[in-house]
Amino acid sequence: MPRRNDLHRILIIGSGPIVIGQACEFDYSGTQAAKALRADGFEVVLVNSNPATIMTDPDLADKTYVEPLTAPYLEEIIRRERPDALLSTVGGQTGLNLAVELAEAGILEKYGVELIGAKIDAIKKAEDRLLFKDAMRKIGLETPESQLINSLQRGQEFAARIGFPCIVRPSFTLGGTGGGIAYNKEDLDEILERGLALSPVHEVLIEESALGWKEFELEVMRDLADNCIIVCSIENFDAMGVHTGDSITVAPAQTLTDREYQMMRDAAIACLREIGVDTGGSNVQFAINPANGRMVIIEMNPRVSRSSALASKATGFPIAKIAAKLAVGYRLDEISNDITRKTPACFEPTIDYVVVKIPKWAFEKFPGADATLGTQMKSVGEVMAIGRTFKQALWKGIRSLETGKAFGSEKFDPALVAQKLITPTPDRLGYVRFAMANGYSVEDIQEMTSIDPWFLRQMKEVVDFEGGLREATLDGAPAALFRRAKRYGISDAQLAKTWSVDEQAVRSRRKTLGVAAVFSRVDTCAAEFESFTPYLYSNYESACEAEPSSRKKVVILGSGPNRIGQGIEFDYCCCHASFALQEMGVESIMVNCNPETVSTDYDTSDRLYFEPLTLENVLNICDTEKPDGVIVQFGGQTPLTLALPLQRLGIPIIGTNPQNIDLAEDRKLFGKLLDELGIPCPANGTATNAEEACAVARRLGFPVLVRPSYVLGGRAMVIAYDEEMVRQYMREAVTFSQDRPVLIDRFLEDATEVDVDALADSGGGVLIAGIMEHIEEAGVHSGDSSCVLPPQSLAEQNIRTIEDYTVRLARALNVIGLMNVQYAIQNGTVYVLEVNPRASRTVPYVSKATGVPLAKIAVGLMWGRKLEDYAHLTGGATSGTLTVPQVFVKSPVFPFNKFPGVDPALGPEMRSTGEVMGVGVNFGEAFLKAQISAGSPLPEKGAVFISVNDHHKADAVDVARRFAGQGFQLVATRGTAAALRGAGLTCKTIFKVNEGRPNAVDLLKGGGVQLAIYTTTGAPAFLDEKAIRRNAVMSRVPCITTMSGARAAADAVAARLRDPIRVWSLQEIHEAKKTVV
Amino acid sequence: MSTAILALEDGTVFEGRSFGAPAERAGEVVFNTALTGYQEVFTDPSYSGQIVILTNPQIGNYGTSRDDNESLRPYIEGLVVREFSAVASNWRSDTVAGEFLNAGGVPIVSDLDTRALVRHLRSRGVMRGVLSAVESDAQKLVEKARSIPTMAGLDLASLVSTREPYEWTAPVEPCSPSQRIGKPAEIRYHVVAYDFGIKHNILRRLVQAGCRVTVVPSLTSAEDVLALAPDGVFLSNGPGDPEPLVAQVANIRKLIGRKPVFGICLGHQLLGLAVGGKTYKLKFGHRGANHPVRNELTQKVEITSHNHGFAVDPDSLNANDVEITHWNLNDHTLEGFRHRRHPAFCVQYHPEAAPGPHDSHYLFDEFTKLMRESQPGAGK
Repeated sequence: MPRRNDLHRILIIGSGPIVIGQACEFDYSGTQAAKALRADGFEVVLVNSNPATIMTDPDLADKTYVEPLTAPYLEEIIRRERPDALLSTVGGQTGLNLAVELAEAGILEKYGVELIGAKIDAIKKAEDRLLFKDAMRKIGLETPESQLINSLQRGQEFAARIGFPCIVRPSFTLGGTGGGIAYNKEDLDEILERGLALSPVHEVLIEESALGWKEFELEVMRDLADNCIIVCSIENFDAMGVHTGDSITVAPAQTLTDREYQMMRDAAIACLREIGVDTGGSNVQFAINPANGRMVIIEMNPRVSRSSALASKATGFPIAKIAAKLAVGYRLDEISNDITRKTPACFEPTIDYVVVKIPKWAFEKFPGADATLGTQMKSVGEVMAIGRTFKQALWKGIRSLETGKAFGSEKFDPALVAQKLITPTPDRLGYVRFAMANGYSVEDIQEMTSIDPWFLRQMKEVVDFEGGLREATLDGAPAALFRRAKRYGISDAQLAKTWSVDEQAVRSRRKTLGVAAVFSRVDTCAAEFESFTPYLYSNYESACEAEPSSRKKVVILGSGPNRIGQGIEFDYCCCHASFALQEMGVESIMVNCNPETVSTDYDTSDRLYFEPLTLENVLNICDTEKPDGVIVQFGGQTPLTLALPLQRLGIPIIGTNPQNIDLAEDRKLFGKLLDELGIPCPANGTATNAEEACAVARRLGFPVLVRPSYVLGGRAMVIAYDEEMVRQYMREAVTFSQDRPVLIDRFLEDATEVDVDALADSGGGVLIAGIMEHIEEAGVHSGDSSCVLPPQSLAEQNIRTIEDYTVRLARALNVIGLMNVQYAIQNGTVYVLEVNPRASRTVPYVSKATGVPLAKIAVGLMWGRKLEDYAHLTGGATSGTLTVPQVFVKSPVFPFNKFPGVDPALGPEMRSTGEVMGVGVNFGEAFLKAQISAGSPLPEKGAVFISVNDHHKADAVDVARRFAGQGFQLVATRGTAAALRGAGLTCKTIFKVNEGRPNAVDLLKGGGVQLAIYTTTGAPAFLDEKAIRRNAVMSRVPCITTMSGARAAADAVAARLRDPIRVWSLQEIHEAKKTVV
Repeated sequence: MSTAILALEDGTVFEGRSFGAPAERAGEVVFNTALTGYQEVFTDPSYSGQIVILTNPQIGNYGTSRDDNESLRPYIEGLVVREFSAVASNWRSDTVAGEFLNAGGVPIVSDLDTRALVRHLRSRGVMRGVLSAVESDAQKLVEKARSIPTMAGLDLASLVSTREPYEWTAPVEPCSPSQRIGKPAEIRYHVVAYDFGIKHNILRRLVQAGCRVTVVPSLTSAEDVLALAPDGVFLSNGPGDPEPLVAQVANIRKLIGRKPVFGICLGHQLLGLAVGGKTYKLKFGHRGANHPVRNELTQKVEITSHNHGFAVDPDSLNANDVEITHWNLNDHTLEGFRHRRHPAFCVQYHPEAAPGPHDSHYLFDEFTKLMRESQPGAGK
């Protein structure tokens, strides 16, 4: 069964914005699929609302739509493009759900679009828990006892029968949102209430608990001829009870005998056959009772999943690429294995190393959120580490996490050990080590954690060794000790800390002793066949397989695990850097440790090092590769912190000099530079203790913005309205500032914020790529603010000033490559808030809005080219500001629904996980689409609830009038209502929460509000406001917390009522740019 | 921490940590890439005369269980691993892996760079070696490695074969309360199985398929076999070179056409020789559980378990007599054939798995089908 020649044009639906439970692994899968299909001569039409993805790059598909992922927009795209088929399995749960929706609405049939990958019946059988259980019973597989529940009472009845604890899983939610483990009746009521509310079909599954059982996953592929292979087995380090996305996982499975493994393999394949997944990859999860080997099947995903991405990276077997090929008719034995070239893809990878994945959480961003890990995924990113042994991989993985805390400097509370071991939280792994070092036995720890004793025993060996290290010294330690330490995955930094010496002293000592890293290949076959792809990881074995070339080469340092403030946008930049280097004939060498990304695909770069982004690991690579340049400005903060140390050690950093990157972060030096340039910035000062901080704040006048130096994503940044807030900040935030002072700025209230991205070359040429006007006022973190290209309300004079400042700043800092500047405009004055001489989070968005590949050009500039050399890509522009042909709005996406109890008000601390882009011919249309894509669609009718502080009353009247004019009813709290009535508007009054009932929250819960506009008062939010915002999130009512946001919403509602559903592909939007030259 | 040394005939020496028996053993050094099933590898008599490198770096994790033995004792000469677990974690385990091999007198060397070793053997081919936990002079061990006989021309099957015939009646037992194996088929056939180093799971699978099995020594004559009035004859796996097994081949030749014959691994090679083919030694053999084999009759691909250093040369087979039924997709070696006129077929790989995937269990049913069709009165 070779390639299907009846298909020509294939639609791929992406997974939309990065959210918890659905991250850039689907950019990876979609990108792979698109590449594979196009390489095979198919036309690809791609839709994704997320502009930060590689997959939405206009070069990757024939037609690329950055449009809302909803049925009406999809139908319009299908109507225009008339694809022959829809590949449903590479866009995560979002893509799969949409495929189902389009099929059920008859849209696919109407336009003759065939669903390929997984058919509708298979999807339903896998996704519907009841159908799934029936199917499994039919083939003799056990599932945990369970029942679908639609009401609290039925839930309690069923739980009484199966006993506590029991698991609650809401139907059709991402990453288990709203689920949990109920240990008693009260828990169950709470979880049921939340789960039923969050389930789009108001349904949850209550399930017998397999808490403490061993958890496994198998990645299975099947082709149309029913050939089945297992790509990878994965064993969870954390036992059942912790969502697999929040579990440390290990590949291959470590504690299964062949007989148990083959039983599981048989079950997984039987499951795929019964569910009817015709082609592609699926993921099947199992639990095994460690006491008697009883095995139950937990679930299966009939699509490429997070675990598939991990399995692909762990084995070198490209699941998504192969899945795409199988979907168009190929058989597994007709596809060759890229890595060995000579053998087919129809085999089961075998590996001679161990892979460990560790999740990364961001609870510090969400004070008040429950950090207990359970059935609902809460992590925002993950790292993967490859080691020759489990020990080495685990320790490497811990190092890859960039916790900001060195080994040995973490704080553990001996009194909390039992609690921290029994109740899983992000701290558990650290506490396991702490407990081991403090006399707890493997048996004790196993009893408290249910972690398999084999894993614990491995950890114990390293912890014991670490204990013994203290008796050694740098000069006295023999080579064997160094070798053992390195084989256990212990870093030079940890050795240095143990011996109170400099990290470089450790490095040079061990190298003198002949203990140096070597690199092995990930080759799918445990060295049985020769490998042709340099996909490498470090270890301390005897032979190095790096085989570096003698070509001109550049190392790109990636951005590490996704976290809030540093995510897919930087991966986009790194990938583009790699593509650009290859185009220039320069060998590109990628370094990263994030398994979800496109950058860690073995065919993105010429060479891939799957390594932690630490000084030690990067130096090892540089020792081996001897690169002509290292790029640090594309990976966000992670590589930047390595820039100066690398430079000091003689590693050639290309692009803007790291000293100048540092200068821009140094308050004093940068202040001096601004003075010299005559560019204003908000009055500011620095402080290293609370008294100093208060003095500075008094001098500047409240409110002030307080933050530590060197952070990304506004971590630990607050607006302080009084001295008490400053003191509190200094008490709590000191751990983040380390030895750098706290920065204090006068906060510019009601200012408009503007973000600028620019390109600069080594000859002083500067091209401004985009001047983005923020929709939220200054004070909301730029990553959390919607913004628009081109600017909608900036005065021409201000734009000129911004252009002038940007050019002068770029020249003054000798920027080569990318630069981002943040400005605030208050009362007609333009202030510089921040300059970052590096790639910013907005680079992919600006690239897609302008049609100009910024990252690609930046790499050329760093390699010595000039802006003139790229005139063919910029529509001829080599200076000034790039134009945009339409209106493009970028909006953030927040994870508040995962963290009940957390106040969703926006502030200077970034909390969004992802972003979307809306495209329109007017602002309202673009903003409307962005809001739809962000999952907070604006209503066309109903009631608008308004409650604003006095300061905003005049604005509120304006906005209210516009909504009333569109036919909305108005509801307001007393003060606001008075203002509205005073302006002649009709409105209903509702009590505030603290005033009595029925109040605003009752109204929200009762469905009496379709849109909430609620601005924060200056001081910290009262319970009242928090309750309203929280409930708005839970009731899925869009809640707008700024006046500018409210005005934008009014524009969008107007567009919704006025404009038809329209879509444009990026290719047609930017066609003009290509024809200019 | 005591050390052990692995010395190869080409002078390559690796030193590591010693586990298992404090002994010295010699043999051909080979590698196996299976991720699971080390105990089945230890106890597979086909590994007789071989020091085995396992490419999975973590070995011993789940201990050993008496239910997972493929024969009565470990047959490997020595074990070479990256890391060996001194503890066992699995509810079925009754003995820690190190103790299990110690009891069998098998030395283990761990903490050495198995990947480098495998790459060495991949490019140079398998070679002789000595694994010693008692000798510290590496050069002496290299000399010893050079002095042992090479695998080519070695009759090991006769050494590991049973001395006396015996009956086998045990079917496959589930390894977990959740495993659904299905009831064994009703016993309708009597199979005489030549033991050249037979694995127990072959016997269990034959029982499962409805066979009563009489296991006979490798040099049992064709006449004695026929005297047992079998419905079919099975040719087992086993160690060493098939070529020296001249008498066994002669016996098999006499049985072809008289009784349905099914061969696995060495049994396949012997059947190949019996129909006039030739065998040759592979550079580094096939040992693992992930080899893709295409069944040419159904065009389906099976993921199969392998353990062989020799292979049948497909060009040496007379196409008028023999039809090739299975090919290896990795290196296009011959994996199975059947006789065009007589009920005889064989595969180079291990359909009984253990360790390995169960994709090829159907071959046992094909054997019973062949026996059914060959029974007097069965319509052809």
